[in-house]
Amino acid sequence: MSAEVNPLTVVTPRARRRKLVGVMMEVIATAAAILAVVVLLIVVVSVARKGLPALNADFFTKSPVPFGQTGGGIKNAIIGTIIMTGMATLIAVPVGVLIAIFNTEFASPAIAEMVRLVLNVLAGVPTIVIGIFIFGLLVVGNGQSAIAASIGLSIVMVPLIARATEEVLLLVPPSLREAGMALGATRARTVITVILPTAVGGIVTATIVAVARAAGETAPLLFTSSIFANTVTTDVHQAMASIPLTIFVDSESPSVADQQTAWAAALVLMAGVLIMGIIGRALSLRTRRQIERAR
Amino acid sequence: MSTQVETEIALPRRAKFHIGDLALRVVAGAAAVLVAITLILIAYKVTDEASAALSAFGLGFLTSSEWNAVTNQFGALDLIWGTAVTSLFALILAVPIAIAIGLFLSELAPRRLRAPVGALVELLAAIPSVVLGLWGILIMGPFLEAHVEPFLHDNFGFIPLFSGTPSNVGLLPACMVLTIMVVPIVASISRELFDSVPSDLKAGALALGSTRWEMVRGVAIPQVSAGLVAAVILGLARALGEAIAVSMMIGGTLGRPSSIFGSADTLAARLASQYQGAATALQTSSLAYLALILLVFSLVANFSAQLIVRRIRRRLGT
Repeated sequence: MSAEVNPLTVVTPRARRRKLVGVMMEVIATAAAILAVVVLLIVVVSVARKGLPALNADFFTKSPVPFGQTGGGIKNAIIGTIIMTGMATLIAVPVGVLIAIFNTEFASPAIAEMVRLVLNVLAGVPTIVIGIFIFGLLVVGNGQSAIAASIGLSIVMVPLIARATEEVLLLVPPSLREAGMALGATRARTVITVILPTAVGGIVTATIVAVARAAGETAPLLFTSSIFANTVTTDVHQAMASIPLTIFVDSESPSVADQQTAWAAALVLMAGVLIMGIIGRALSLRTRRQIERAR
Repeated sequence: MSTQVETEIALPRRAKFHIGDLALRVVAGAAAVLVAITLILIAYKVTDEASAALSAFGLGFLTSSEWNAVTNQFGALDLIWGTAVTSLFALILAVPIAIAIGLFLSELAPRRLRAPVGALVELLAAIPSVVLGLWGILIMGPFLEAHVEPFLHDNFGFIPLFSGTPSNVGLLPACMVLTIMVVPIVASISRELFDSVPSDLKAGALALGSTRWEMVRGVAIPQVSAGLVAAVILGLARALGEAIAVSMMIGGTLGRPSSIFGSADTLAARLASQYQGAATALQTSSLAYLALILLVFSLVANFSAQLIVRRIRRRLGT
């Protein structure tokens, strides 16, 4: 009796090895996740540490000073980025939302699948190629302009907005659509007065995410809006300065002051983009919950 | 009266024709067509700009490594090589890490940690590439040059891969930045894939006495293997097309160094650094030729990833 061993509690070497391998793999997976978070923290902290000392009121309210002088800021680049991203948003939101409406309301499944494929492929076109495309299409013969750059940025934004909006539109409960139609509203009226208002949170989220992406894009601006004056312009037919391009150009400068500017600009850009990313995420969770409750 | 209702139900569109519906349908359809036109126009315009180089060099462009504005001889071999090496090396580093993160977020992490850690990994993807490039060239590059590369050189210098002189720019720094960009993309797709594995399959494997890792290896990974391939291809497409950060990190010289400390150049990076200041018309056209090669690479990668995804969807019947 005392020599008898319960077979269920025996730990064979094989079982021990299996358990060990399992634990090892779990440790590796956890370590990988920690590594990604640590890399994010390292980048954020080092940009903040390098950028903060150069941040002051002048940085936001003054334009760059001629080479060799001290002081100045990147007001022209901040305004340029806001204007160009804003114009791109004005183009991309209607187009993106309309595509989503087309896919969910009008297209047959096969056509919708085609449109999705084209959107995904367009989203995969390298942004530098988009820059060259816009250069050839709009800049050659006309010169650089903020409009050309905005159109380039809108090509980056449209697939993001269209795909995310379509996802939210599909979440809208069919009962709402049916109720609208049953009340005698036309399809267009149902879309405009019932479906879009229900999904507006999701569309706003998609827009924020796309704006965050476009604001940080450098490649579409490189050939379309890179030769600019050191002063604030609001003329959209002229090239405008931008924060990403300021970082790109100043990072390659041997001057310490320029590198300072690059760090501070990077901090402003990164803070803006990350804050928009966080807001977008929080909003998207809320919208999803709201729509699910409406079901 | 009842018959009237029936016809209304049977033919709602015919019976009630509305100009507003038609207008919305046309405008929405036009937006969808606009996207297709844009894609075609991109392909047409880039080919058009490349036409001079296409007729001057033909397919020989792909196998020549000369890039000389003085003699007007251009070829893409070294740049294709640089693009392939940096992308593949970045994938080799990124894919295991990314899949491990996907597994952690889907299978291991405590429920309360999943959303915040997942969000942090996705925020990594939101950092603009020019900011990563700045960080790379002024902080990570010098760190690699001072610590990592000398270590690799001293201990493994007998392998040609680690034989060169340490430098803050070159293949290794460029690959590291690309890795940081690729990891979040592949990680968030693989997380979704692992989440999609039916929980009764997972529970069944665990009930049969598998450890969690055996369940992942035996059930979860085979279930989603095609999707993982698609995720890797999308990561590859991201790495191929990155121009800004790579042009800051890679050194921008021609050649095919045998050491990962050496400097090189990629298709996208050369476009970023030279397109604006090209010396001759043929050089501009040759750069457009590079853009065309890049476009073909990324279209092929994206199409194949989409086809795989579609095949999975059809198999799952959704």
